[in-house]
Amino acid sequence: MNILEDKELRREIILDNYQNPMNKGLVNDSCYLKENTNNESCIDNIDIQLKVDNGIVSDIRFDGEACAISTSATSIIIKSLIGKSVNEARYILKNYKNMISEKEYDSDILGELVVYDEISKQPNRINCALLPYNAICKMLNRLDEV
Amino acid sequence: MNREDFPVLKQDIVYFDNGATTLKPQCVIDKMVDYYSNYTSNIHRGEYSLALRTNKEYDEVRTIVKKFIGALKEEEIVFTKGSTEALNMIVFGYFKNVLKEGDEVLLNKGEHASNVLPWFILQKTIKIKIKNVELDDNYELNVDNIKKEINERTKVIALSQISNVVGDIRDVYSIGKLCKDNNIYFVVDASQAVSHVEVDVVKNNIDFLAFSGHKMMGPTGVGVLYGKYDLLCNMEPLEYGGGMNQSFESDGSYELKTPPTKFEAGTPPIAEVIGLGEAIKYIEKIGVNKIHEHELKLKKYLVQELEKIDNVILYNKNSESGIVIFNLDHVFSQDTAVYLNHYKICIRAGNHCTKMLKDDLKIKNTCRVSMYLYNTKEDVDKLIEALRKSKDIFNIIL
Ligand SMILES: Cc1ncc(COP(=O)(O)O)c(C=O)c1O
Repeated sequence: MNILEDKELRREIILDNYQNPMNKGLVNDSCYLKENTNNESCIDNIDIQLKVDNGIVSDIRFDGEACAISTSATSIIIKSLIGKSVNEARYILKNYKNMISEKEYDSDILGELVVYDEISKQPNRINCALLPYNAICKMLNRLDEV
Repeated sequence: MNREDFPVLKQDIVYFDNGATTLKPQCVIDKMVDYYSNYTSNIHRGEYSLALRTNKEYDEVRTIVKKFIGALKEEEIVFTKGSTEALNMIVFGYFKNVLKEGDEVLLNKGEHASNVLPWFILQKTIKIKIKNVELDDNYELNVDNIKKEINERTKVIALSQISNVVGDIRDVYSIGKLCKDNNIYFVVDASQAVSHVEVDVVKNNIDFLAFSGHKMMGPTGVGVLYGKYDLLCNMEPLEYGGGMNQSFESDGSYELKTPPTKFEAGTPPIAEVIGLGEAIKYIEKIGVNKIHEHELKLKKYLVQELEKIDNVILYNKNSESGIVIFNLDHVFSQDTAVYLNHYKICIRAGNHCTKMLKDDLKIKNTCRVSMYLYNTKEDVDKLIEALRKSKDIFNIIL
Protein backbone atom coordinates (compact mmCIF):
# COMPACT_ATOMS: atom_id res chain seq x y z
CA MET A 1 0.00 0.00 0.00
CA ASN A 2 1.11 3.53 -0.68
CA ILE A 3 2.27 5.13 2.57
CA LEU A 4 1.03 8.51 1.46
CA GLU A 5 -2.57 7.39 1.33
CA ASP A 6 -2.69 5.68 4.67
CA LYS A 7 -2.66 8.10 7.56
CA GLU A 8 -2.58 5.31 10.08
CA LEU A 9 0.49 3.77 8.49
CA ARG A 10 2.28 7.08 8.39
CA ARG A 11 1.66 7.61 12.07
CA GLU A 12 2.84 4.11 12.86
CA ILE A 13 6.09 4.65 10.99
CA ILE A 14 6.77 7.94 12.78
CA LEU A 15 5.82 6.57 16.16
CA ASP A 16 7.83 3.41 15.71
CA ASN A 17 10.89 5.43 14.79
CA TYR A 18 10.32 7.74 17.74
CA GLN A 19 9.89 5.01 20.30
CA ASN A 20 12.46 2.60 18.89
CA PRO A 21 14.83 4.79 16.95
CA MET A 22 17.61 3.35 14.83
CA ASN A 23 21.16 3.68 16.13
CA LYS A 24 20.45 5.67 19.26
CA GLY A 25 23.55 6.01 21.42
CA LEU A 26 26.89 7.47 20.44
CA VAL A 27 30.17 5.64 20.04
CA ASN A 28 33.58 6.66 21.26
CA ASP A 29 35.44 6.45 17.97
CA SER A 30 37.45 9.22 16.38
CA CYS A 31 36.70 7.89 12.87
CA TYR A 32 33.26 9.46 13.23
CA LEU A 33 32.48 13.07 12.45
CA LYS A 34 30.27 14.69 15.07
CA GLU A 35 27.78 17.53 15.02
CA ASN A 36 25.45 18.97 17.66
CA THR A 37 22.14 20.24 16.44
CA ASN A 38 20.69 22.85 18.64
CA ASN A 39 17.50 23.86 17.01
CA GLU A 40 17.29 27.64 17.16
CA SER A 41 13.53 27.82 17.27
CA CYS A 42 12.82 24.97 19.66
CA ILE A 43 14.37 22.92 22.40
CA ASP A 44 15.52 19.81 20.57
CA ASN A 45 19.10 18.92 21.17
CA ILE A 46 20.62 16.01 19.29
CA ASP A 47 24.19 14.88 18.69
CA ILE A 48 24.80 13.05 15.45
CA GLN A 49 27.85 11.03 14.42
CA LEU A 50 28.66 10.04 10.88
CA LYS A 51 31.23 7.66 9.46
CA VAL A 52 32.25 7.43 5.83
CA ASP A 53 34.42 4.63 4.45
CA ASN A 54 35.66 4.74 0.86
CA GLY A 55 32.96 7.16 -0.18
CA ILE A 56 30.17 5.12 1.43
CA VAL A 57 28.17 6.26 4.46
CA SER A 58 28.96 3.29 6.66
CA ASP A 59 27.33 4.39 9.91
CA ILE A 60 25.32 7.20 11.48
CA ARG A 61 24.46 7.37 15.17
CA PHE A 62 22.66 9.88 17.35
CA ASP A 63 21.70 10.71 20.89
CA GLY A 64 19.83 13.47 22.69
CA GLU A 65 16.53 14.80 23.90
CA ALA A 66 14.10 15.77 21.22
CA CYS A 67 10.49 15.74 20.12
CA ALA A 68 8.71 13.00 18.23
CA ILE A 69 9.25 14.60 14.85
CA SER A 70 12.96 15.28 15.08
CA THR A 71 13.74 11.99 16.77
CA SER A 72 11.79 9.94 14.24
CA ALA A 73 13.14 11.95 11.31
CA THR A 74 16.67 11.33 12.54
CA SER A 75 15.98 7.63 12.79
CA ILE A 76 14.45 7.37 9.32
CA ILE A 77 17.18 9.46 7.73
CA ILE A 78 19.78 7.22 9.33
CA LYS A 79 18.07 4.15 7.86
CA SER A 80 17.85 5.79 4.45
CA LEU A 81 21.47 6.89 4.26
CA ILE A 82 23.50 4.02 5.66
CA GLY A 83 25.08 2.04 2.85
CA LYS A 84 24.61 4.82 0.29
CA SER A 85 27.46 6.62 -1.43
CA VAL A 86 28.11 10.16 -0.29
CA ASN A 87 26.65 11.45 -3.55
CA GLU A 88 23.51 9.34 -3.20
CA ALA A 89 23.16 10.52 0.39
CA ARG A 90 23.41 14.12 -0.74
CA TYR A 91 20.77 13.51 -3.39
CA ILE A 92 18.37 11.98 -0.86
CA LEU A 93 18.93 14.83 1.59
CA LYS A 94 18.38 17.41 -1.13
CA ASN A 95 15.08 15.84 -2.09
CA TYR A 96 14.06 15.53 1.52
CA LYS A 97 14.69 19.23 2.03
CA ASN A 98 12.75 20.05 -1.11
CA MET A 99 9.81 18.00 0.10
CA ILE A 100 9.78 19.72 3.48
CA SER A 101 10.06 23.11 1.77
CA GLU A 102 7.17 22.30 -0.60
CA LYS A 103 9.38 22.27 -3.68
CA GLU A 104 9.56 19.63 -6.41
CA TYR A 105 11.14 16.40 -5.27
CA ASP A 106 11.74 12.82 -6.32
CA SER A 107 9.54 10.75 -4.02
CA ASP A 108 10.78 7.43 -5.36
CA ILE A 109 14.15 7.71 -3.65
CA LEU A 110 12.83 8.98 -0.33
CA GLY A 111 11.36 5.72 0.92
CA GLU A 112 9.81 6.09 4.35
CA LEU A 113 10.87 9.73 4.54
CA VAL A 114 7.75 10.63 2.57
CA VAL A 115 5.83 10.36 5.84
CA TYR A 116 6.84 13.97 6.44
CA ASP A 117 5.45 15.31 3.19
CA GLU A 118 2.74 17.27 4.99
CA ILE A 119 4.87 18.67 7.75
CA SER A 120 4.89 22.09 6.09
CA LYS A 121 1.28 22.43 7.20
CA GLN A 122 2.60 22.71 10.74
CA PRO A 123 5.16 25.51 10.44
CA ASN A 124 6.37 25.08 14.01
CA ARG A 125 7.50 21.54 13.19
CA ILE A 126 9.43 22.21 10.00
CA ASN A 127 12.62 22.91 11.92
CA CYS A 128 12.15 19.70 13.87
CA ALA A 129 12.00 17.72 10.65
CA LEU A 130 15.08 19.52 9.33
CA LEU A 131 17.16 19.08 12.46
CA PRO A 132 18.96 15.88 11.38
CA TYR A 133 19.14 17.15 7.80
CA ASN A 134 21.11 20.23 8.84
CA ALA A 135 23.55 18.30 10.97
CA ILE A 136 24.24 15.60 8.41
CA CYS A 137 24.67 18.11 5.58
CA LYS A 138 27.21 19.97 7.69
CA MET A 139 29.21 16.82 8.24
CA LEU A 140 29.07 15.83 4.57
CA ASN A 141 30.33 19.28 3.66
CA ARG A 142 33.18 18.87 6.06
CA LEU A 143 34.26 15.82 4.03
CA ASP A 144 34.96 18.13 1.11
CA GLU A 145 37.24 20.30 3.17
CA VAL A 146 39.75 17.55 3.95
CA MET B 1 -11.68 37.68 37.08
CA ASN B 2 -12.19 40.57 34.65
CA ARG B 3 -12.08 38.40 31.53
CA GLU B 4 -14.23 40.82 29.58
CA ASP B 5 -11.43 43.41 29.80
CA PHE B 6 -9.09 41.30 27.64
CA PRO B 7 -9.80 41.33 23.91
CA VAL B 8 -7.61 38.30 23.20
CA LEU B 9 -9.91 36.22 25.38
CA LYS B 10 -12.75 36.74 22.92
CA GLN B 11 -11.08 33.91 21.05
CA ASP B 12 -11.80 30.45 22.24
CA ILE B 13 -8.43 29.85 23.92
CA VAL B 14 -7.04 28.96 27.30
CA TYR B 15 -4.05 31.19 27.95
CA PHE B 16 -1.67 29.63 30.45
CA ASP B 17 1.58 31.25 29.36
CA ASN B 18 1.54 34.27 31.61
CA GLY B 19 5.07 33.65 32.82
CA ALA B 20 6.24 34.44 29.30
CA THR B 21 3.99 37.42 28.75
CA THR B 22 0.53 38.46 29.83
CA LEU B 23 -2.52 39.59 27.88
CA LYS B 24 -3.35 43.28 27.83
CA PRO B 25 -6.59 44.81 29.06
CA GLN B 26 -8.45 47.15 26.72
CA CYS B 27 -7.65 50.17 28.89
CA VAL B 28 -3.91 49.72 28.35
CA ILE B 29 -4.38 49.34 24.60
CA ASP B 30 -6.66 52.39 24.51
CA LYS B 31 -4.21 54.45 26.50
CA MET B 32 -1.48 53.81 23.94
CA VAL B 33 -3.78 54.34 20.99
CA ASP B 34 -4.77 57.65 22.56
CA TYR B 35 -1.14 58.77 22.62
CA TYR B 36 -0.61 57.69 19.03
CA SER B 37 -3.92 59.11 17.81
CA ASN B 38 -4.20 62.33 19.77
CA TYR B 39 -0.97 63.68 21.18
CA THR B 40 2.05 62.00 19.59
CA SER B 41 5.10 64.11 20.39
CA ASN B 42 8.51 63.68 21.94
CA ILE B 43 9.27 64.31 25.60
CA HIS B 44 11.48 66.98 27.18
CA ARG B 45 11.89 69.12 24.09
CA GLY B 46 8.68 70.76 22.99
CA GLU B 47 6.92 73.85 24.24
CA TYR B 48 3.66 73.18 22.39
CA SER B 49 0.64 71.73 24.07
CA LEU B 50 0.87 68.22 22.61
CA ALA B 51 4.40 67.87 23.94
CA LEU B 52 3.41 69.29 27.28
CA ARG B 53 0.73 66.67 27.58
CA THR B 54 3.20 63.92 26.65
CA ASN B 55 5.65 65.19 29.27
CA LYS B 56 2.97 65.17 31.88
CA GLU B 57 1.70 61.68 31.05
CA TYR B 58 5.24 60.27 30.89
CA ASP B 59 6.40 61.86 34.14
CA GLU B 60 3.29 60.80 36.00
CA VAL B 61 4.16 57.17 35.38
CA ARG B 62 7.34 57.58 37.38
CA THR B 63 5.23 58.59 40.35
CA ILE B 64 2.84 55.70 39.76
CA VAL B 65 5.74 53.23 39.66
CA LYS B 66 7.38 54.80 42.68
CA LYS B 67 4.27 54.27 44.78
CA PHE B 68 3.63 50.84 43.31
CA ILE B 69 6.99 49.45 44.49
CA GLY B 70 7.28 51.55 47.62
CA ALA B 71 10.27 53.61 46.50
CA LEU B 72 11.17 56.87 48.21
CA LYS B 73 11.46 59.14 45.20
CA GLU B 74 10.73 59.40 41.50
CA GLU B 75 14.43 59.79 40.75
CA GLU B 76 14.95 56.16 41.73
CA ILE B 77 12.80 54.91 38.85
CA VAL B 78 14.56 54.40 35.51
CA PHE B 79 12.63 53.28 32.45
CA THR B 80 14.33 50.54 30.46
CA LYS B 81 13.19 48.26 27.70
CA GLY B 82 12.63 45.42 30.13
CA SER B 83 14.06 43.34 32.95
CA THR B 84 16.92 42.10 30.84
CA GLU B 85 18.17 45.57 30.07
CA ALA B 86 17.69 46.66 33.68
CA LEU B 87 19.69 43.71 35.01
CA ASN B 88 22.47 44.35 32.51
CA MET B 89 22.58 48.00 33.55
CA ILE B 90 22.84 46.98 37.20
CA VAL B 91 25.67 44.53 36.59
CA PHE B 92 27.67 46.46 34.01
CA GLY B 93 26.83 50.00 35.07
CA TYR B 94 27.31 49.49 38.78
CA PHE B 95 28.84 46.21 39.92
CA LYS B 96 31.48 46.08 37.24
CA ASN B 97 32.96 49.20 38.83
CA VAL B 98 32.61 48.32 42.49
CA LEU B 99 33.36 44.60 42.67
CA LYS B 100 36.92 43.27 42.83
CA GLU B 101 38.60 39.99 42.11
CA GLY B 102 37.49 37.35 44.59
CA ASP B 103 34.32 39.16 45.66
CA GLU B 104 31.45 36.70 45.88
CA VAL B 105 28.01 36.94 44.31
CA LEU B 106 25.34 34.49 45.46
CA LEU B 107 23.01 33.19 42.75
CA ASN B 108 21.13 29.89 42.53
CA LYS B 109 20.34 27.41 39.82
CA GLY B 110 16.74 28.58 39.51
CA GLU B 111 17.67 31.99 38.11
CA HIS B 112 16.73 33.23 34.66
CA ALA B 113 19.47 33.74 32.07
CA SER B 114 19.11 37.51 32.46
CA ASN B 115 20.21 37.29 36.07
CA VAL B 116 22.95 34.78 35.40
CA LEU B 117 24.84 35.59 32.22
CA PRO B 118 25.74 39.21 33.08
CA TRP B 119 27.34 37.90 36.30
CA PHE B 120 29.14 35.18 34.32
CA ILE B 121 30.72 37.92 32.26
CA LEU B 122 31.98 39.65 35.40
CA GLN B 123 33.29 36.32 36.61
CA LYS B 124 35.26 36.03 33.39
CA THR B 125 36.43 39.63 33.09
CA ILE B 126 37.03 40.90 36.62
CA LYS B 127 37.22 37.48 38.33
CA ILE B 128 34.40 37.79 40.80
CA LYS B 129 33.30 34.45 42.19
CA ILE B 130 29.77 33.18 41.64
CA LYS B 131 28.36 30.74 44.14
CA ASN B 132 25.07 28.95 43.66
CA VAL B 133 23.09 28.65 46.86
CA GLU B 134 21.73 25.14 47.10
CA LEU B 135 18.03 24.63 46.46
CA ASP B 136 16.04 22.48 48.87
CA ASP B 137 14.29 19.18 48.09
CA ASN B 138 11.43 21.04 46.44
CA TYR B 139 13.94 22.98 44.27
CA GLU B 140 13.12 26.08 46.32
CA LEU B 141 15.50 28.67 47.74
CA ASN B 142 15.39 29.08 51.50
CA VAL B 143 17.04 31.56 53.79
CA ASP B 144 19.02 28.98 55.77
CA ASN B 145 20.81 27.79 52.67
CA ILE B 146 21.68 31.37 51.80
CA LYS B 147 23.09 31.92 55.29
CA LYS B 148 25.39 28.94 54.85
CA GLU B 149 27.09 30.57 51.88
CA ILE B 150 27.63 34.00 53.38
CA ASN B 151 31.14 34.96 54.40
CA GLU B 152 33.19 38.16 54.54
CA ARG B 153 33.76 38.08 50.77
CA THR B 154 30.03 37.96 49.96
CA LYS B 155 29.18 41.24 48.27
CA VAL B 156 25.94 40.60 46.38
CA ILE B 157 22.87 38.40 46.64
CA ALA B 158 20.94 38.42 43.38
CA LEU B 159 17.72 36.48 42.97
CA SER B 160 14.25 36.52 41.51
CA GLN B 161 11.53 37.23 44.03
CA ILE B 162 9.46 34.50 42.36
CA SER B 163 11.42 32.03 40.27
CA ASN B 164 10.06 31.57 36.79
CA VAL B 165 10.06 27.76 36.70
CA VAL B 166 9.60 26.42 40.22
CA GLY B 167 7.55 29.47 41.11
CA ASP B 168 8.74 29.59 44.72
CA ILE B 169 8.23 32.90 46.44
CA ARG B 170 11.50 33.87 48.04
CA ASP B 171 11.45 35.40 51.48
CA VAL B 172 12.82 38.74 50.36
CA TYR B 173 12.07 40.34 53.70
CA SER B 174 14.39 38.03 55.62
CA ILE B 175 16.97 37.99 52.86
CA GLY B 176 16.91 41.78 52.69
CA LYS B 177 17.51 41.94 56.41
CA LEU B 178 20.35 39.46 56.10
CA CYS B 179 21.88 41.64 53.42
CA LYS B 180 21.58 44.73 55.53
CA ASP B 181 23.13 43.07 58.59
CA ASN B 182 26.04 41.73 56.55
CA ASN B 183 26.63 44.73 54.33
CA ILE B 184 25.66 42.87 51.17
CA TYR B 185 24.02 44.39 48.12
CA PHE B 186 20.56 42.97 47.44
CA VAL B 187 19.52 42.71 43.77
CA VAL B 188 15.99 41.50 43.06
CA ASP B 189 14.61 40.38 39.72
CA ALA B 190 10.90 41.02 40.19
CA SER B 191 9.88 39.94 36.66
CA GLN B 192 7.60 37.16 37.87
CA ALA B 193 6.66 38.78 41.15
CA VAL B 194 5.36 42.16 40.13
CA SER B 195 1.55 42.21 40.08
CA HIS B 196 1.47 38.69 41.57
CA VAL B 197 2.74 39.50 45.06
CA GLU B 198 3.64 42.67 46.88
CA VAL B 199 6.89 44.26 45.71
CA ASP B 200 8.31 46.72 48.22
CA VAL B 201 11.85 47.98 47.85
CA VAL B 202 12.14 49.84 51.13
CA LYS B 203 10.53 47.28 53.39
CA ASN B 204 12.71 44.55 51.92
CA ASN B 205 15.87 46.62 51.86
CA ILE B 206 16.35 46.12 48.13
CA ASP B 207 19.26 47.97 46.51
CA PHE B 208 18.38 47.27 42.90
CA LEU B 209 15.21 45.86 41.37
CA ALA B 210 14.18 45.01 37.81
CA PHE B 211 10.90 44.14 36.12
CA SER B 212 9.22 44.15 32.71
CA GLY B 213 5.93 45.80 31.77
CA HIS B 214 4.74 43.03 29.49
CA LYS B 215 4.54 40.48 32.29
CA MET B 216 2.11 42.67 34.22
CA MET B 217 -0.48 43.49 31.53
CA GLY B 218 1.59 46.37 30.23
CA PRO B 219 3.16 46.80 26.79
CA THR B 220 6.27 45.08 25.49
CA GLY B 221 9.40 47.19 25.17
CA VAL B 222 9.25 48.85 28.57
CA GLY B 223 10.55 47.89 31.98
CA VAL B 224 11.82 49.42 35.16
CA LEU B 225 15.14 49.62 36.92
CA TYR B 226 14.89 50.71 40.52
CA GLY B 227 18.03 51.67 42.41
CA LYS B 228 18.58 53.42 45.73
CA TYR B 229 19.29 57.01 44.81
CA ASP B 230 22.88 57.18 46.03
CA LEU B 231 23.67 53.95 44.20
CA LEU B 232 22.21 55.32 41.00
CA CYS B 233 24.39 58.39 41.39
CA ASN B 234 27.42 56.10 41.32
CA MET B 235 26.14 54.00 38.45
CA GLU B 236 27.49 54.56 34.93
CA PRO B 237 25.12 54.70 31.99
CA LEU B 238 25.65 52.07 29.29
CA GLU B 239 24.20 54.33 26.61
CA TYR B 240 25.11 57.90 25.79
CA GLY B 241 23.27 60.38 23.62
CA GLY B 242 20.53 62.92 23.61
CA GLY B 243 18.46 63.76 26.64
CA MET B 244 20.92 62.41 29.20
CA ASN B 245 23.64 65.03 28.93
CA GLN B 246 23.78 68.43 30.58
CA SER B 247 26.34 69.83 28.18
CA PHE B 248 29.19 68.89 25.87
CA GLU B 249 31.83 71.02 24.22
CA SER B 250 34.08 70.81 21.20
CA ASP B 251 37.06 70.14 23.46
CA GLY B 252 35.50 66.80 24.42
CA SER B 253 34.32 67.84 27.83
CA TYR B 254 30.82 66.93 28.87
CA GLU B 255 28.53 66.79 31.83
CA LEU B 256 25.78 64.25 32.36
CA LYS B 257 22.42 64.78 33.95
CA THR B 258 21.45 63.19 37.24
CA PRO B 259 19.43 59.98 37.70
CA PRO B 260 17.10 58.87 36.30
CA THR B 261 17.59 61.03 33.19
CA LYS B 262 21.23 60.06 32.83
CA PHE B 263 20.13 56.47 32.15
CA GLU B 264 17.49 57.26 29.54
CA ALA B 265 19.50 58.23 26.48
CA GLY B 266 17.58 58.85 23.29
CA THR B 267 13.84 58.83 22.75
CA PRO B 268 12.38 56.40 25.28
CA PRO B 269 9.45 54.07 24.60
CA ILE B 270 6.95 56.83 25.31
CA ALA B 271 3.72 55.07 24.40
CA GLU B 272 4.86 52.01 26.31
CA VAL B 273 5.73 53.95 29.45
CA ILE B 274 2.32 55.59 29.34
CA GLY B 275 0.73 52.17 28.79
CA LEU B 276 2.66 50.78 31.75
CA GLY B 277 1.22 53.48 33.98
CA GLU B 278 -2.27 52.46 32.93
CA ALA B 279 -1.48 48.79 33.63
CA ILE B 280 -0.38 49.65 37.15
CA LYS B 281 -3.56 51.63 37.76
CA TYR B 282 -5.52 48.62 36.54
CA ILE B 283 -3.62 46.27 38.85
CA GLU B 284 -4.09 48.54 41.83
CA LYS B 285 -7.80 48.71 41.23
CA ILE B 286 -7.99 44.93 41.52
CA GLY B 287 -5.36 44.52 44.22
CA VAL B 288 -2.21 42.43 44.04
CA ASN B 289 -3.29 40.29 46.99
CA LYS B 290 -6.52 39.38 45.25
CA ILE B 291 -4.60 38.34 42.15
CA HIS B 292 -2.27 36.18 44.19
CA GLU B 293 -5.09 34.54 46.11
CA HIS B 294 -6.88 33.74 42.87
CA GLU B 295 -3.79 32.23 41.23
CA LEU B 296 -2.96 30.16 44.26
CA LYS B 297 -6.47 28.78 44.48
CA LEU B 298 -6.31 27.76 40.83
CA LYS B 299 -2.88 26.24 41.25
CA LYS B 300 -4.01 24.15 44.21
CA TYR B 301 -6.99 22.92 42.23
CA LEU B 302 -4.83 22.11 39.22
CA VAL B 303 -2.31 20.22 41.36
CA GLN B 304 -5.07 18.27 43.07
CA GLU B 305 -6.50 17.20 39.71
CA LEU B 306 -3.12 16.51 38.10
CA GLU B 307 -2.25 14.17 40.93
CA LYS B 308 -5.16 12.00 39.87
CA ILE B 309 -3.73 11.46 36.40
CA ASP B 310 -1.18 8.67 36.51
CA ASN B 311 1.03 9.65 33.58
CA VAL B 312 1.60 13.18 34.86
CA ILE B 313 4.89 13.96 36.60
CA LEU B 314 4.65 17.08 38.77
CA TYR B 315 7.75 18.95 39.85
CA ASN B 316 6.64 21.89 41.98
CA LYS B 317 3.37 21.19 43.69
CA ASN B 318 4.34 23.06 46.85
CA SER B 319 5.34 26.47 45.56
CA GLU B 320 2.85 29.18 46.38
CA SER B 321 2.55 31.04 43.09
CA GLY B 322 0.48 30.30 40.01
CA ILE B 323 3.19 28.30 38.26
CA VAL B 324 2.94 24.56 37.69
CA ILE B 325 5.60 22.54 35.88
CA PHE B 326 5.02 18.99 34.77
CA ASN B 327 5.70 16.42 32.11
CA LEU B 328 3.72 13.56 30.68
CA ASP B 329 5.61 10.36 31.33
CA HIS B 330 7.77 9.46 28.32
CA VAL B 331 6.61 12.42 26.29
CA PHE B 332 8.91 15.23 25.25
CA SER B 333 7.59 18.53 26.62
CA GLN B 334 7.37 20.13 23.19
CA ASP B 335 5.13 17.31 21.99
CA THR B 336 2.84 17.90 24.97
CA ALA B 337 2.66 21.60 24.11
CA VAL B 338 1.81 20.81 20.50
CA TYR B 339 -0.85 18.39 21.73
CA LEU B 340 -2.40 20.96 24.06
CA ASN B 341 -2.42 23.51 21.28
CA HIS B 342 -4.76 21.15 19.48
CA TYR B 343 -7.23 21.90 22.30
CA LYS B 344 -6.40 25.62 22.07
CA ILE B 345 -4.53 25.54 25.35
CA CYS B 346 -1.43 27.74 25.39
CA ILE B 347 1.39 26.53 27.61
CA ARG B 348 5.17 26.74 27.32
CA ALA B 349 7.60 23.86 26.89
CA GLY B 350 11.33 24.04 27.35
CA ASN B 351 13.91 25.03 29.90
CA HIS B 352 12.33 28.46 30.39
CA CYS B 353 15.72 30.19 30.25
CA THR B 354 16.81 28.59 33.50
CA LYS B 355 19.33 26.21 32.04
CA MET B 356 21.12 25.47 35.31
CA LEU B 357 18.02 24.01 36.93
CA LYS B 358 18.39 20.79 34.96
CA ASP B 359 21.20 19.73 37.30
CA ASP B 360 18.75 19.56 40.19
CA LEU B 361 15.53 18.73 38.39
CA LYS B 362 17.28 15.91 36.48
CA ILE B 363 15.29 16.83 33.42
CA LYS B 364 16.09 19.52 30.88
CA ASN B 365 12.66 20.44 29.65
CA THR B 366 9.27 20.76 31.24
CA CYS B 367 5.79 22.04 30.44
CA ARG B 368 4.92 25.20 32.32
CA VAL B 369 1.44 26.43 33.17
CA SER B 370 1.48 29.95 34.56
CA MET B 371 -1.76 31.49 35.80
CA TYR B 372 -3.03 35.00 36.02
CA LEU B 373 -6.11 36.83 37.17
CA TYR B 374 -8.19 36.05 34.07
CA ASN B 375 -7.72 32.29 34.27
CA THR B 376 -10.67 30.34 35.56
CA LYS B 377 -11.55 26.98 37.01
CA GLU B 378 -13.01 26.16 33.59
CA ASP B 379 -9.58 26.79 32.03
CA VAL B 380 -8.07 24.33 34.48
CA ASP B 381 -10.82 21.82 33.75
CA LYS B 382 -10.10 22.02 30.02
CA LEU B 383 -6.42 21.35 30.64
CA ILE B 384 -7.20 18.44 32.94
CA GLU B 385 -9.62 16.99 30.45
CA ALA B 386 -7.03 17.19 27.66
CA LEU B 387 -4.32 15.65 29.80
CA ARG B 388 -6.63 12.90 30.92
CA LYS B 389 -7.12 11.93 27.29
CA SER B 390 -3.44 12.24 26.52
CA LYS B 391 -2.89 8.53 26.01
CA ASP B 392 -3.79 9.24 22.37
CA ILE B 393 -1.33 12.14 22.10
CA PHE B 394 0.44 10.69 19.06
CA ASN B 395 -2.80 10.18 17.21
CA ILE B 396 -3.41 13.86 17.64
CA ILE B 397 0.00 15.33 16.94
CA LEU B 398 1.29 13.00 14.23
C1 LIG C 1 12.58 35.66 36.27
C2 LIG C 1 12.77 36.38 34.97
N1 LIG C 1 13.76 37.27 34.85
C3 LIG C 1 13.97 37.95 33.71
C4 LIG C 1 13.16 37.77 32.61
C5 LIG C 1 13.45 38.55 31.37
O1 LIG C 1 12.43 39.43 31.07
P1 LIG C 1 12.42 40.23 29.69
O2 LIG C 1 12.55 39.20 28.62
O3 LIG C 1 11.12 40.92 29.67
O4 LIG C 1 13.57 41.18 29.70
C6 LIG C 1 12.13 36.85 32.68
C7 LIG C 1 11.27 36.61 31.51
O5 LIG C 1 11.06 35.52 31.07
C8 LIG C 1 11.92 36.14 33.88
O6 LIG C 1 10.95 35.24 34.01
